[in-house]
Amino acid sequence: MAIKQISVFLENKPGKLDEMTKVLAESGITLRALSLAETKDFGIVRMIVDDVLGTSTVLKNHDFIFTLTPVVAVMVPDIVGGLNNVLGPLTAACVNLEYMYSTLAGEQSGNAYMILRVEDVEKTENALSAAGFRLADDGIR
Amino acid sequence: MERYYQKDIECASPDQMRAIQNEKLVKQVRHVWENVPYYRKKMEDKGVTPDDIRSVDDLQKLPFLSKADLREAYPYGLLGKPLKECVRIQSTSGTTGKRVVAFYTQHDIDLWEDCCARAIMAAGGTDEDVCQVSYGYGLFTGGPGLNGGSHKVGCLTIPTSSGNTDRQIMFINDLQATILCCTPSYAAYLGERMKEMGMGPEDISLKAGIFGAEAWSEEMRRDIQKTLGIKAYDIYGLTELSGPGVAFECSEQAGMHVNEDHFLPEIIDPDTEEVLPPGSEGELVFTALDKEAFPMIRYRTRDICCLSREKCSCGRTLIKMQKPRGRSDDMLIIRGVNVFPSQIETVLLNQGYSANYQIIVDRVNSTDTLDVQVEMTPEMFTDNLGEINRRQKELVEGLRSMLGIRAKVTLVAPKTIARSEGKAVRVIDNRKI
Repeated sequence: MAIKQISVFLENKPGKLDEMTKVLAESGITLRALSLAETKDFGIVRMIVDDVLGTSTVLKNHDFIFTLTPVVAVMVPDIVGGLNNVLGPLTAACVNLEYMYSTLAGEQSGNAYMILRVEDVEKTENALSAAGFRLADDGIR
Repeated sequence: MERYYQKDIECASPDQMRAIQNEKLVKQVRHVWENVPYYRKKMEDKGVTPDDIRSVDDLQKLPFLSKADLREAYPYGLLGKPLKECVRIQSTSGTTGKRVVAFYTQHDIDLWEDCCARAIMAAGGTDEDVCQVSYGYGLFTGGPGLNGGSHKVGCLTIPTSSGNTDRQIMFINDLQATILCCTPSYAAYLGERMKEMGMGPEDISLKAGIFGAEAWSEEMRRDIQKTLGIKAYDIYGLTELSGPGVAFECSEQAGMHVNEDHFLPEIIDPDTEEVLPPGSEGELVFTALDKEAFPMIRYRTRDICCLSREKCSCGRTLIKMQKPRGRSDDMLIIRGVNVFPSQIETVLLNQGYSANYQIIVDRVNSTDTLDVQVEMTPEMFTDNLGEINRRQKELVEGLRSMLGIRAKVTLVAPKTIARSEGKAVRVIDNRKI
């Protein structure tokens, strides 16, 4: 099961990200993972949150432009070669990654999450499950 | 020594000029009445017939023509001659989606080129000169007009057209061009590029430049004169009236002599349409006195300036117009090209962008820049950066094909463009002219 990532349009100017995180904080939203992609004049913030519906409402009320994108979140042991172990099965299944980023899955767990944006979610999930990886299916905790 | 292309006209006495204008006007009004139903109807609506027009004093009885008329009558509605007698069209960059298409008979081209020849000779040109025409050739009137004028004077003409700066400099250098015709911003750019290449005024043979098609300041004139080591002359014109050469500067470099034997000027109050007394500032209106194919009568240019009959040291008696102060509507001239905000709006809406946009014009390194800022919409937004970039490129391309010049496109966040209660502030012009 893919999880929903929220991608927000932001101008590439000082203070713009701060404006967004401020309204999310005020609404009690927790960010689980975040990545920034930028061009010369604008950027896209990609994030995984604990409450997708709540976040969507807050963003909409504050005139942010965003879109929901399905991504695959896979739990990876935080060890040397951890990411490499994930990529092997994906290469074998001919999965092409558009982008990815990572976040720790809680300090004690000894795991990290890799967030993967791929064209074929199902194929990716099957390949990872078959290789014994655990996929987040209801957000990241 | 001052040189003239048609001295008897350029230095005619006021009475002689008046006689020429009276005769031509009477004839022209009859020509239009008989051949242009669109204008005849305007005259009929005003209760005027050709019999009412006996001299220039009767000009005020005639109805005006405006850009809106041109759009309404597009493309053939103002044609004064059968197409078989027309030999050319020229066109503007397009206004509110519709271009002005002007028609010419051979006679019209001849008189236009005569006007340009007067301008070249007023800038000191003779048949010994090498005249490089770096205005665009094609639909734009700049290249063809000065090209024709240069031929009439007998200059060796180098038709480089615009662009390819290093090649321009090569020709200026190798063929020892003495006169340069282009937009002032391009002249400034050529000067900068030459400097970068280690060339100075002493390395080239240029002595004069004829620069027009966009607004430029006295500071800019000084800069260009210094970098290129030339005397820079202003030239004025409109496609509707023929093209460059409606008015031109002489050695005095203070105001442009109007070729009033062909283009009769008036100054009106743009709001009341009342003719203003001599010397007043107002909207410039022209009557083309002997153009056959596209005979404009009392055409409102939207240019704001004033006219002066003061004696000129060059010996010409042709009335002078000051450099237009501005346009009375929202048209922008960017790199010599007419740009209307509505054209930009059309492209944005066609491509699914919002109508919340702003146009920022500036001048960087003597070249006009055009930045179109448009608000992102939920419909246009995607998580895929490549896709957004592709759409942005498509928009740049769409603007270029509509405007004829390149614009930068910046996507901004919603509600960042200030809303206005009345007419939206579409244009921010930061050029200091």
